[in-house]
Amino acid sequence: MSDTVTLTHGGGGRLARRLIEDVIIPGLGSNRELTRLSDGALLDSIPGTPVMTNDCFVVSPREFPGGDIGTLCVSGTVNDLLAAGALPKYLSLGLIIEDGLPIAELRRYLRSIKDSAEKAHVQIVCGDTKVVEHGAADGIFISTTGIGELQIKEAPGPWRLEGRTNNVSIIISGTIGDHSLTLLALRKELALESPVESDCAPLTELVLPIVKTFGEKILCMRDPTRGGLSAVLGEIAEQAKIGIEIVQKDVPINSVVQGACGLLGIDPFTMANEGKMVFFVEEAVAEEVLAALKRNPLGKNAAIIGKTTEPGNRPVYLTTPLGVNRPLEIPLGESLPRIC
Amino acid sequence: MLKDNDPAIWMKLLTETAGSLDKTVRFMEVCGTHTMALFETGLREALPENIQMLSGPGCPVCVTPDGYIDAAINLAENEDVILTTFGDMIRVPGQNGSLQELKSRGKRVEIVYSPLASVDLAKSTPDKSVVFLAVGFETTVPAIATAIKTAESENVTNFSILCAHKTVPQALEAVVSGGARIDGLMCPGHVSVIIGSNAYNDVVEKHSLPCVVSGFEAIDMIRALIMLIKQIHAGIPKVENAYLRAVHPNGNPKAQALISEVFRPCDAEWRGLGVIPQSGLELREEYHAFDACHRFGIIIPQSPPHKSCRCGEILQGIASPYECKLFGTGCTPETPYGPCMVSSEGTCAAHYKYGKHSKY
Repeated sequence: MSDTVTLTHGGGGRLARRLIEDVIIPGLGSNRELTRLSDGALLDSIPGTPVMTNDCFVVSPREFPGGDIGTLCVSGTVNDLLAAGALPKYLSLGLIIEDGLPIAELRRYLRSIKDSAEKAHVQIVCGDTKVVEHGAADGIFISTTGIGELQIKEAPGPWRLEGRTNNVSIIISGTIGDHSLTLLALRKELALESPVESDCAPLTELVLPIVKTFGEKILCMRDPTRGGLSAVLGEIAEQAKIGIEIVQKDVPINSVVQGACGLLGIDPFTMANEGKMVFFVEEAVAEEVLAALKRNPLGKNAAIIGKTTEPGNRPVYLTTPLGVNRPLEIPLGESLPRIC
Repeated sequence: MLKDNDPAIWMKLLTETAGSLDKTVRFMEVCGTHTMALFETGLREALPENIQMLSGPGCPVCVTPDGYIDAAINLAENEDVILTTFGDMIRVPGQNGSLQELKSRGKRVEIVYSPLASVDLAKSTPDKSVVFLAVGFETTVPAIATAIKTAESENVTNFSILCAHKTVPQALEAVVSGGARIDGLMCPGHVSVIIGSNAYNDVVEKHSLPCVVSGFEAIDMIRALIMLIKQIHAGIPKVENAYLRAVHPNGNPKAQALISEVFRPCDAEWRGLGVIPQSGLELREEYHAFDACHRFGIIIPQSPPHKSCRCGEILQGIASPYECKLFGTGCTPETPYGPCMVSSEGTCAAHYKYGKHSKY
């Protein structure tokens, strides 16, 4: 085996097979479906409603404090399934590798994928590998498909919030902005007063118990990735045709992130998070949901941050410490390219 | 002064103080960061009816004339040039598109958070010419001066700046003489860290205008407004400093020395205000090797802004964004006509993002 992935490894011949059988499959844990090397994985039947999602990962840099593209590709896909109210079960993996990527680096990502999949209790059951010439991809791009099983009879989503202009509480599972600031600090070599880490993590153990305990009282969930909390809240408010009010001082934020954002002129509400979930829940259970979240280390900084309201001129308002409601800007897009 | 840090208590005091006024007062917040802070904290909305805030020209991107942006875009078309800039400039439209559009077409335009990163880029790309768009007031000039001196000492000959630096006190003079009725100035915080609160003494002497240097937290700005109103009551205008934790009367002498070492004053064109004498900075002769105008033979043209664009009047507080026909119709953050809409500290951007509650 050479030191690097080459175009020949993507050619479908003997070298490709060696890459898959000697590096990729063992790197992912050599489970039954992968080792069968079939063109299609046989899945156990899903008794409930199957839920499917797709995600792509082009993060730069590929390795960062708190994770790497491997951790991210599992977390991102799993968290999407969880947000849809599903128990994540299976993942497929599409790898587009640049000619010249060191095999040792690929092994690191595979290890991260395997570890994250174990934490998330999902199986990687199939995949595909392509190799492109130098310069046609940046190291490695990953595409995933995730399949899960719906856990709540009435699936959570913005449609459940239509007309719900009161008695709905909004909860976030932890601090905002950590992932974006970590990548920004790395890319621009910013010297922060103390190190930050990406919050990149699969949230299966945090979210599933909430879903199982509170069922239909969970109206909607979303993981605030690109565009951050404001993009997600804006989207949901517009889809459900409701208003949203967030209390600024209740939104948890790491003081280093807050300080850096102030210095750099970035709004932390627009920064990507890769290990957080926003919940819209019936107000009557909000405190219980919060307590349940806080019992898990992944939710130790969870907080109730707002509520739904009648729609206003703008989709989302922020109540400032002065007690004034002002519009929360919905960003045009993620200010940092290739954040996930 | 109250030391309590409950904004509600300070608001109560401001309301009481404003209640003793027998007229509506119009204060100008000079600096774009204050414009944003007033909106973001909700203070603008919470102000008593008889306090009106005018947004001033303290947004360096907003006062950069079209000609500079066109010159920057032309420069970036050159295959041997890598243009580096702070993020704000990248979406500002010139006559033929923006730097963002150029970047999407494959030209090398890089966003940096520090001009020193630009020098590092020059070092790592010796076959290219790296140009930094030096736009900013006195707050950013020391960093650019440091970058130039670093480039000089490390013999980085492929680094230069396209200079459009401006200085605030001269612009204040132009604005205050310009026609808008202004009863007092909320003076910029960060600029004053460098130039010191004494820099506003001339404005007070010449125009008898109350001036208070302010920080950016809600309580900072409320205190500054209270101090301005008290000056009006007392009838003795002066420069006061409400940002004592960061600003000294003489500013930062080291930073000032650094600026003077590398730059000297020159006449400068301010969008909407025209040419203001001695309000800009240019590189001193001994640093001309780092001047992109010299290196590339650039003369920055004077180009007229879009016919209906009222950025110029808005920057002086003579018109509000709502009085501009383009505001919110043709001119939005997604499709900006002028820099006031696209800059993160632009008056129009602030009103668009946070407005409908604004009382102006």
